[in-house]
Amino acid sequence: MSGARETRQALATVAAGALFGFGLALSGMIRPEVILSFLQFRDWGLMLVMGGALAVTLFAYQLAPRWRRAPLLGGIFEAHTASMQRGTFIGSALFGVGWGLSGVCPGPAIAGLGAGNLQMLWVIAGLATGAWLQGVLASLSAAPAVPQEG
Amino acid sequence: MSHLFPLGWQHYLAGGLCIGLGVALLYLATGRLAGMSSVFTSSWSYVSMRAVFRQPRWLASRAWRLQLALGLVLGAALWWLTLGPAEPMSTGVPAWRLLLGGVIAGFGARLAGGCTSGHGICGIGSLKLPSLLAVLTFMATGFVAAQWLAAVGVAP
Repeated sequence: MSGARETRQALATVAAGALFGFGLALSGMIRPEVILSFLQFRDWGLMLVMGGALAVTLFAYQLAPRWRRAPLLGGIFEAHTASMQRGTFIGSALFGVGWGLSGVCPGPAIAGLGAGNLQMLWVIAGLATGAWLQGVLASLSAAPAVPQEG
Repeated sequence: MSHLFPLGWQHYLAGGLCIGLGVALLYLATGRLAGMSSVFTSSWSYVSMRAVFRQPRWLASRAWRLQLALGLVLGAALWWLTLGPAEPMSTGVPAWRLLLGGVIAGFGARLAGGCTSGHGICGIGSLKLPSLLAVLTFMATGFVAAQWLAAVGVAP
């Protein structure tokens, strides 16, 4: 039984990703040149992409938990964990620098592969390296302090 | 309008609605949030024994995050086969910028707990103020980085 549920969840997840990826490609977000022309104030299209995506997402995120107690295929409606802490802002500032340098963010880097852009492997290698560095640094700073004597 | 959207505006809006439908479907069907930067942390749990990558939240989500990523590739491939150009997509942005930008963006997104999708779409969609501030922050530094590159004559 749970195997069938997991299969349905996997299919729904791939289908949701496919809609997401189709949208990223259709809107030109998989082209770094389009992102850079937004960041250089030459084309405001990214605002329309974000606005369109947000309108649907807001609707779904606000209504679904009122409509149903649980998602259609089981599990729970997960809550977003954004919090007001230093890392959110330092991290976002850094993310923007990398985004402005490359013209690519994580979703389009992955989707770009599907449209045959193998140069996106450079970005994916970079993103994986950056995520690894962040994990390792976070675990170092979060390591338990050496017990003090006395 | 044409000076704001020199390439036209319909495909931007249609693509954005598609992205929103994908995010909405994932949530309605499974309750999951479609932030795309987490897969770059959770996937390390397949190859690294470090405790930081083997937290329950990464072990529990690593499979579906890869399924979502697979979907992204398939969806973009579908676009390419139906509406896209005949030849594979490519970019004039050089490899060093793609790699270095990727490292900085990957580090930053994971420190911030989200990127353009995780904070921009899912976070603001959840009415989270920290996510809105995160988006304003990375748009500001993104503007500065891209404008600086243009100012020193690095193209595109």
